[in-house]
Parts: sequence; structure tokens; C-alpha cells
Amino acid sequence: MLAARLWARQRALPRRVGFSTAALPHTSLNPVTEQDVAHFSKFLAPNSIISTLSPNPCAPDELETYNNDWIGRFHGQSTTVLKPKTTQEVSEILKWCNDHRIAVVPQGGNTGLVGGSVPVNNELILSLANMNKVRSFDPISGILVADAGCILQSLTDYVAPHNHIMPVDLGAKGSCQIGGNVATNAGGLRLLRYGSLHGTVLGLEVVLPDGRILDQLTTLRKDNTGYDLKQLFIGAEGTLGVITGVSILTPPAPQASNNVILALPTFDNVLPLYQTVKRQLSEILSAFEFIDRTAYDLAVKHGQGRALSEEDTKGAECFVLVETSGGRREHDEEKLNDLLELLLSADKPLINTGVLSQSPAQFISLWALREGVTEAVSKEGKAYKYDISVPLSSFKEVVDNTREHLRSKGLLHDKAVKYVLGYGHVGDGNLHLNIVADAYLPEIENALEPYIYEVVAAHRGSISAEHGIGAMKTHALPYSKSAISIELMKKIKQVFDPRGIMNPGKVLE
Amino acid sequence: MRPSPSRLLNILVPVKRAVDYAVKIRVNPQQTGIDTNVKHSMNPFDEIAVEEAVRLREKLKASVTSIKAITIGPPKALDTLRTALAMGADSAIHVEVPETQPAPEPLAIARTLKAVIEKQNAAATKPEDKIDLVILGKQAIDDDLGVTGQMLAGLLGWSQATFASKVDIDVAKNEALVTREIDGGGEEIKCRLPLVVTTDLRLNEPRYASLPNIMKAKKKPVEKLSPADLGVDYTPQLETLKVSEPPVRVGGGKVANVDELLAKLKEAGFP
Ligand SMILES: Cc1cc2nc3c(=O)[nH]c(=O)nc-3n(C[C@H](O)[C@H](O)[C@H](O)COP(=O)(O)OP(=O)(O)OC[C@H]3O[C@@H](n4cnc5c(N)ncnc54)[C@H](O)[C@@H]3O)c2cc1C
Repeated sequence: MLAARLWARQRALPRRVGFSTAALPHTSLNPVTEQDVAHFSKFLAPNSIISTLSPNPCAPDELETYNNDWIGRFHGQSTTVLKPKTTQEVSEILKWCNDHRIAVVPQGGNTGLVGGSVPVNNELILSLANMNKVRSFDPISGILVADAGCILQSLTDYVAPHNHIMPVDLGAKGSCQIGGNVATNAGGLRLLRYGSLHGTVLGLEVVLPDGRILDQLTTLRKDNTGYDLKQLFIGAEGTLGVITGVSILTPPAPQASNNVILALPTFDNVLPLYQTVKRQLSEILSAFEFIDRTAYDLAVKHGQGRALSEEDTKGAECFVLVETSGGRREHDEEKLNDLLELLLSADKPLINTGVLSQSPAQFISLWALREGVTEAVSKEGKAYKYDISVPLSSFKEVVDNTREHLRSKGLLHDKAVKYVLGYGHVGDGNLHLNIVADAYLPEIENALEPYIYEVVAAHRGSISAEHGIGAMKTHALPYSKSAISIELMKKIKQVFDPRGIMNPGKVLE
Repeated sequence: MRPSPSRLLNILVPVKRAVDYAVKIRVNPQQTGIDTNVKHSMNPFDEIAVEEAVRLREKLKASVTSIKAITIGPPKALDTLRTALAMGADSAIHVEVPETQPAPEPLAIARTLKAVIEKQNAAATKPEDKIDLVILGKQAIDDDLGVTGQMLAGLLGWSQATFASKVDIDVAKNEALVTREIDGGGEEIKCRLPLVVTTDLRLNEPRYASLPNIMKAKKKPVEKLSPADLGVDYTPQLETLKVSEPPVRVGGGKVANVDELLAKLKEAGFP
């Protein structure tokens, strides 16, 4: 029975999620009705319910920001958004939805890049935005316990006066939520230094699809008592339950930070540069980010950070941003200066030149050139974003080959693909391959997929290094995961969510 | 044939080490001052001043013979001079004040600058070695006093062009055309050199210091002087009584409808 229903549901889901999500009904799942809304209004405050259904229908455009994803590629048709304020309310919502087989999409800051945070059809959207309180912070251990809906930037601001920082940082920090970060296992700009959320998250509070509350909100750094269940929710993209609370270890704020952007004559120098930088800076190296020339030019064009002078960018094929963080300014600056002197005085210099930030304001401005690429790309056109793990040495080859591949298909021109660019976290082997097009076109998509996934598979890489699978890459999962892995993932999904109400169509097909 | 410039420009750029503007200011518990154990950098208006001097050289080429940066401040202010040198100043003067001493006041700074200028100009054997242009920030973002430039021009009896958003210099004519930021627009003034210019935000966007220039800056000369060398007295004339934080902003509240809003307004004393 169960198997048959699952099969039916899987069949009913769109096999291939394209530009707008196909509106196929889930045969075994029900849409939200007025009766459901009436029920929710019994225990939710009026301003926690936004619905186009009676008794208090809102204008459809009020739901727009919830139904459409950040890159504007995925569009849901939900009628109802609920914004509970407590874990208890989340629990009651899920229990009702499970009993009535109503599908639920958990939504954080809706900055996800793979269409995971918006409905495939008309699922109910459960926004965590109203769960935004810090529950506790211990300035001695640095352990922060917060509601899942806290915005990353506000948590950064919260711990700053206590001389701590969040172990995760990314371009979307002003909008994304810690719960969303955990649900996507976001990597970001500090991973090189502080490791992934699998290490820094100490505990989670999760509401299971049937409404039960799984309280694993421990603040223990060590706890070897059997299976570590919370790990399953980190990176599950809301397919196993709703994260309502996060306990996370925040590292002490570095007392001194510096950054420098280096201009490289050729991509071939990135790897030897990485080796040299690692050797020279060792423990104070906190980021090593790569931006190719196209990405840099787009960031500048769209006003992300103050540009380097023409003289400094002349002849540069790509750029590297190096950040140091340490405990003593003099020590760090000495190390950094030694490195820069070494780089400039080498017989065969790896770099053309570079700029070193002279103030916190310049520090921010240099970072903006790197962090702003995502935003610049979305301002420039319609983006196809591939976030892949491939060997460092192949970064440029992958970008160039993709461009040539598109050219050979006659798709590299003003009205189709405008730019193919690469940037990313060299330290983590993570390349963001972006294709900026004039419009989303099926020809482009067909040219890109499975082409890129095959390239990744040939390198034994990952088709999604940090952004997740969402709705965008479910079909491509087999390029990175074996049949056995996928079978086990499906079994786990069944254990937690036998009725399949949690974020259907995401991660698993 | 173009007339050869009758004179050459020597520019002095005073720069101040200030708490960086990205740092959140915290008042000390005794309310006598602020926590200064935070990141410092060059006062942003001074950064603009250095940039402007360097741009003038890029534009006027050899007519600008020298750009000299000067700071009056604690030992760490040397970093600020190095930044100015990395941006393109040729040499620098550090008038060193002990870390423990209160920051000198604008009049003392203006007197120091005057002393330095007079010393150099008296020693100059040729007219083209004389300092004839001072470019400095219109204010420092730490004390916001905003009077040093004016005081300096007054003490020297030089022309002054404050709050500059555009500076054009005609070296041959010994003249400058400066656009000043005033309420609701700009005012263009023509002045004769020697001249004191104070910079406003829109004058330019300062460059990053490039690595080769940072390396070169390490080798550029920095002359160290003490206030006594210049015969200037730094005894404060102002007394700080109390420093306090701005009142904490109380968050707004939401009202359900217009009636409730009107009720609240009445409560708050609006008719
Ligand atoms: C400018 C920009 C830069 C970015 N940079 C990076 C980067 O450097 N590294 C990186 O890894 N990612 C990056 N991202 C993508 C990243 O995945 C998201 O920004 C972020 O982690 C998602 O948080 P969110 O709160 O917006 O989640 P959403 O987008 O709302 O949701 C993402 C997924 O998590 C689920 N989810 C959200 N909240 C919960 C919850 N409380 N419980 C259960 N499931 C939940 C959703 O259902 C969805 O599947 C970037 C995105 C942008 C727009």
C-alpha cells in the first residue's frame, strides 16, 4: 500500500523541473482548504496567516515573495503562508498537515539557489521568519542557542559585542536564516577556517512531520551516545522535518583581520599560489577565494565594491582574495608582508600585483568584489548556476570548455548566453560555474545538461558542493550518488516522513 | 609654444589617525572618552586629500614637485603615514605625541602645520621649493571639530577653499578654481595660491594601495619631529566634561488600524 502510494506520488511529480514548475497534482497530497485555514486561525495569531483563501483573503501579490525563489527561476502556486511564533505552533501545524496529507515547504530567508524553498505546486509554506529570538548565549564557551528564523547577520551582530563570530558567513547573510543555513548545510566563506556546519552545529530542535518535537538541542561538545540524528537534518533541505532551534558553536572573533586581492596573469598560477600562501600564512589563512576575470568585471559593472585601478587589473586573467584572521595584528601583518614581498620579488612572479586593504572600510570593499558576484550575475541576466566540486586544477578548463561547448551549439551571443564565468572557494575545491543568459531557454538548458553533470562525474566531483539539490537537481543526483546511497536516502525519508508531506519534489525525485 | 610654468607646486597633506568609521564607538565606563582599543585607520576625509594630491600630480605631471604627508599623533600614527606614502606621497613628517597625552586640539595642530610650512619655506633656496598648497580633510570623524583648515589659512594669511568637491589648478597662472559644497548645490570660487583646501566627500574616491606601492612606501623617508622642535605648546584649552552615548532608540510599535493610530497620537499629546 505504502509503496504503491509513494510510487504514485513519485510518478505525479514533475520528473524534470524547468523554468516554471509544472503544475502536476500530487495524487496523494491535498491542497490547503478554507477549513484548514479556519483550523490554523484557532491557534495562530491573525498576522501569522497570509492566505488567499477565506475568511480573510489577502491580495495574491502578497504571496509573491514567498512563491518565487531568489534567482527568479522557480515559481510555486501556494495559497497559504503560515508564520508561527513558537515551536508548539509549528508542531500543531505539522500534525494537522500530516493528518490531512497537506504538503509543507519550510521556508527560511528564501535565498536558496536550487529552488528548494518554494513550492513545486500549491504546498503550504511554513515560514520561520517569526521565530527570531536568541534563546541563550554563553560568552565563555561561545555556544549560541537561537530560533531557526534568526537572520544570520543579526546573529553575527548579537555575538559581536561578546567578541565572537558566527562560524558561517555568506553573501546572503542579510536575509538568510540560521535554520536555512543548517537545512542547506551552507558552506560559505569561512568554511576553510571553521569547518562545515556538521561540525559546528551542536544540537537541533526539530519538529517531525507528525508533529512530534525532537529535542536534540544540547550544548555539549562531546556526546557519543549512539546515532547522531541531528546530522541527518543538516543538509536535508527541509525534507525530513522543520528545524525550529539551533545550538551552534561560535568561535572567538579574530582580533585582527586583513585581506588582499591579488591579480594573476594566468589561471595556471592559482594552484602554486595557493600552496605558497598556505605555507607562508599557515594558521592565520582564513579564506582563499577565486574570481575569474569575467566575474570580476561583472561585479565591478554592477557596483559591488570599489574597483581596483586599471593599472592594477591590466593583464589579469583572474583574481584571488586572501583573508587572514588571527590574534595579534603585528604578528599577522608581518607574516602577510613577508608573503607579499616574497610574491613580488620572485624571479617568476605568480602575481602581477595586488591591493592590500588599509582600513576596515577597504576590507569590506574588497570582500564585496567577491561576495557581490552572485548578485551581479543575477542583475546581469538569467543565471544558470552550477555549484560543483571538481579538482582545483580543472577549474579553468571546466569554465572554458563549457563556454566552447555553448559556442559550438551556436548559443553564445547577445540573445542567448552572454557570459560563462567561474568563481569560488579554491580552498574547498568548490567552483561556482555560472552561465548568464538573456533569458531562460530550453536550448540552453539542453546544452548544459547533462553536459556539465557528465563533466563533473568524469572528475568524480560533486554536482552540488554547497547549494544542495532542491528542485533543480533531483534528476542529477545519480551523477554524484550511487544507487545504494540513493536507496538508503529514500528509506530514511520514509522513516521520518512516511506520508511524504515534507517538501515534496526536493532532493529525491 | 606653451608658457613654461612660472612656479612648481609643493603639496602638504596633513593626515590623522582616527577610529575607523566602520567601528562601533563605545563610551568608557567613566564617561571621560571612548574605548580607543579598536581598529584605527586614516580619517576618510584625509584619504580623499591624499588622493586629490596624487591626482593633481597625475594631471599636472612634473609641475607637482613634491607631495609630503604629515601627521601629528602617537607612535602608531606612523601606519597612517605609510598608507599615505603607499597611495603616492613622496615623503612624510611625523610629529610624535606620546600615546598617553590627550589628542592635540585644532589650534595646536594648525600652529604645528604653520611652523612646519614656515620652516621649510624659510629653508627653501628657490621659490619652487616652497610649500604653496595644503590639502586636508574638512573634519576628522573622531572629534568632528572641522576647523583646522580654516585656522591654518588664518594663521598663514593664505587663501582658503573649504568643502571642496572639485579642484582645478592652473600652475602657470598661480590660480585655483575650486567648487565648494554648499547647501543645495555648488559654489565655484577662484583663488590665488598659496592656498589651503579642505576636502568634502564627493571630491574623489580614494584608491587602494597597491602592493608594489606599499613595498616602495616602506623605503620612503619619514622625518620625525617633536612639538618642542617646532615650539608649539599642546596644553589643552578645552576641557571634556562628559562623553555619553546617544539615547537608545526605542523600537516602534504596530497598530491594527487608523482608529488605533489616532488614539495613540492623542495619547502622545498630538491634538
Ligand atoms: C547572494 C547569495 C550568496 C550565497 N552564498 C552561498 C555560499 O557562499 N555558500 C552556500 O552554501 N550557499 C550560498 N547561498 C545559498 C544558500 O543555500 C542560502 O543562502 C542559505 O543557506 C539558505 O538560507 P535561507 O534561510 O534563505 O533558506 P531558504 O532559501 O528559505 O531555504 C533553503 C532550503 O532549506 C529549507 N529550510 C529553510 N529553513 C528551514 C528550516 N527551519 N527547517 C527545515 N528546512 C528549512 C527550505 O525548505 C529549502 O529547501 C547564497 C545565496 C545567495 C542569494
